[in-house]
Amino acid sequence: MSRLWRGGYLGLIYLFFYLPIAILIVFSFNDSKYRLTWQGFSWRWYEALFSNEELLQVALNSVTLAFISATLATLMGTLAAVVLYRYRFFGKRLLHGLLYIVIMSPDIVMGISLLILFVSLNMPLGFWTLLLAHVTFCLPFVVVTVYGRLSGFDESMVEAARDLGAGEWLTFRKILLPLLMPAVIAGWLLSFTLSMDDVIISFFVTGPEFEILPLKIYSMVRVGVKPEVNALCTLMFGLTLILILIAHLLLKEKKA
Amino acid sequence: MGETLLSIQGLSKAFGDCRVLDAVDIDVASGEFLTLLGPSGCGKTTLLRLIAGLEAPSAGSITLADEDLVRIPAERRPVNTVFQSYALFPHLTVFDNVAFGPHLHGVRGDELRQAVAEALATVGLAEFANRKPAQLSGGQQQRVAIARAVVNKPRVLLLDEPLSALDYKLRKRMQVELKQLQRRLGITFIFVTHDQEEALSMSDRVAVMNEGRIEQLDTPRRIYEEPASVFVARFVGETNLLPATVKGRDEGGLLLEVEGIELKVRPPRFDPDDKVHVMLRPEDLDVWSREELERHPELKARAIAARVEEVIYKGSTVDLLVRLSGGDRVAASAFFDEEDPTLDYKRDEEVFVTWPKDWEVLLPWDSGGAGAG
Repeated sequence: MSRLWRGGYLGLIYLFFYLPIAILIVFSFNDSKYRLTWQGFSWRWYEALFSNEELLQVALNSVTLAFISATLATLMGTLAAVVLYRYRFFGKRLLHGLLYIVIMSPDIVMGISLLILFVSLNMPLGFWTLLLAHVTFCLPFVVVTVYGRLSGFDESMVEAARDLGAGEWLTFRKILLPLLMPAVIAGWLLSFTLSMDDVIISFFVTGPEFEILPLKIYSMVRVGVKPEVNALCTLMFGLTLILILIAHLLLKEKKA
Repeated sequence: MGETLLSIQGLSKAFGDCRVLDAVDIDVASGEFLTLLGPSGCGKTTLLRLIAGLEAPSAGSITLADEDLVRIPAERRPVNTVFQSYALFPHLTVFDNVAFGPHLHGVRGDELRQAVAEALATVGLAEFANRKPAQLSGGQQQRVAIARAVVNKPRVLLLDEPLSALDYKLRKRMQVELKQLQRRLGITFIFVTHDQEEALSMSDRVAVMNEGRIEQLDTPRRIYEEPASVFVARFVGETNLLPATVKGRDEGGLLLEVEGIELKVRPPRFDPDDKVHVMLRPEDLDVWSREELERHPELKARAIAARVEEVIYKGSTVDLLVRLSGGDRVAASAFFDEEDPTLDYKRDEEVFVTWPKDWEVLLPWDSGGAGAG
């Protein structure tokens, strides 16, 4: 009896989590333009999507932006985490604390402050301002992820590497980096998804010549949810799922 | 003992206001097994880390075969460390762990494989080369850590409490194995421990450390039999310390008053009216019943009256806790031998305590050192 109850409870939680996504996916195959009723299976919205050159360009923009900002944030964040872990220097605790402020501060505050910064620096709003903004808000997540793994390390491992003859760079490359790889990958994936679906900060720092997907979808939805958007979101969901599976397989392989 | 290999002069280390190491001098001979012994916080691990180069000294010098070590970074010093936590690299196999050092020094191919195989064979782990550290037991990980260090043929091997994580039996076995390994390889070992038994049984010399200074640097036998201070006496082995006062001196030595009896002792390094400690090991004390004492009249003048408080049967010995008439409590170990095959003591029995003439050790008074150890 209690097993049944537990199963039902779990089912409700899964339903709560995934029903909206399931509905979205189902309706992306719905052969109906406006009505929220099932009219039969169809690929027509995917066909419409792939013939919409403008939307595809915007999607490509978003993936490019997410890829570059995730990569930059991961590089900088990993190094920052190693620095925070390995060295003692003036202002270290302040820097560590400030990371959490960046994570905690409301998107709208960050969006406006970045906008003011870029405008006062006379930077044209567009790709570069978006990239800077995305790297900024992804960076602390990478640092926290990587630092979390580092702080579980046996500190004498680094000392053992030095003792055996490895300088700073070799210690990093041969000992720290391989052990950190799962956290680095996780940090990159987290950054990629954060960048892919950011609306608020991007809204403030974007320019007319470089459109990105979340903002495009947002503007499309304002005149009604088109089934094309359902198809687009389904594809994005699929992409995320594949990325997570890849990461999962990579991490599993490392363990064995 | 060979010539001096490692020379440490006036070495000090302070972390902020905290002085961890205070002007330490040690000369370590080539091929020697030296142990740094002391309670936690005495500076022994800091001294080891200074030699390894993992810390920089505040003052003083470390020279290895006439070469100034302080200026050489840790990664280029010809010394290697076995860490307390072993610090094996979990993502590398046992082979790659051991190969790490030689590979960094440019050893490749067959030469590398042979060096690693040799080191693993030395510690008896030849068939474990392809395992990961997590797949080994604690004792095996310990051996990998030793192999990873000795494969580099260091001039000095530093061992930071390497046996403390092992269980009692394995620790005993590894003590013997380490000692044999050291003899076979002829490498100078500097071994850190807080276990006095380990220190005495393995070392050529022991440096007993306390609060950043070396209290005594000597052979295990002299550390045990002739401790230089109350601290050393109390830290190494079971100890009875009796307060005593110097009554006077003549050409033959000192006249001492201890526990109500007068005693003539040899070493004339104290002055009249000095307070001193008389140190006696439990196995030095003889405990007599009244009838036994009657049969040995020559002992009467030296015997201290006492009462048995506790009798602890230990198999090879019987340990007694005895309250002296003056109020101090001492521990005495009695062995079964032809003189006394029964060792039949009872609680509250009236007894007399003596010790062989000149077996006592006089130590300068230390207010923290009163009472039984």
